Amino acid sequence: MSKLILKTEGDTHVVVTRRFAAPPEAVYRAHLDPKLIQKWMLGPEGWSMPVCVNEARPGGKIRYEWTNGKGRGFHLTGEFLELEPYSRIVHVERMHLPDPTPDNHIETRFDAEGTGTLMTMRMTLPDAQTRAAMLATGMERGMEASYVRLEGML
Amino acid sequence: MHSLDAAFSALADPTRRAILARLAKGEATVMELAEPFQVTQPAISQHLKVLEDAGLVIRRVDGTKRPRRLAKAGIEAMDQWLAMLRKALERNYHRLDEILASMERQKKGEKR
Repeated sequence: MSKLILKTEGDTHVVVTRRFAAPPEAVYRAHLDPKLIQKWMLGPEGWSMPVCVNEARPGGKIRYEWTNGKGRGFHLTGEFLELEPYSRIVHVERMHLPDPTPDNHIETRFDAEGTGTLMTMRMTLPDAQTRAAMLATGMERGMEASYVRLEGML
Repeated sequence: MHSLDAAFSALADPTRRAILARLAKGEATVMELAEPFQVTQPAISQHLKVLEDAGLVIRRVDGTKRPRRLAKAGIEAMDQWLAMLRKALERNYHRLDEILASMERQKKGEKR
């Protein structure tokens, strides 16, 4: 329904915006409920997320594990910092490739827009170099999966 | 003539992608390129050779310095890379669109 916008801001931020045809409550839930996350946060075809831990409370742990079912995989860990039901999630995360990447601090907002939702994901990296490396390495989640897949194709 | 394969192989390494990302901001010497990475200068030189062989990076002679910059193919490769990242993320959100639609249908079903 609407295009994803991915842009850098200042020296250390990356901002992703996307609109959804569902109210903020539903989009918020789909970002926290492991059963729902396992259905969509997958990256390229053929990848699955057999492990999805999401303790949706401040200090709660995050752990996502992806696999392509052919012996390739990677995982992400993180912690929740703040949760404002249906409007805002703040968490930190890092990829393990297998060495952990520097912490990515992410604020995700869900704003009602008509009958839908405008999602704004604002990532903050420790410094400009880390941000460049993150964009170059393949950003989080699905993006990272495509990086792994690219390696697999070579 | 550089093959697409060579460009993709060159891009498969995260350090090389980070080097390209750095060069996207402007010309740099090996020393400047090595500095932010936990990698030795010879290792950076090796990565640069792969990037040069793939036609993504060009070197210039400036006295004793050999600053590197992005070749046109390097700029295109980075653009393609970012487009691929965007596409991978968009694929996730397409799936989420479908899940949200089925959640809405369920909710309407319950109300009936």
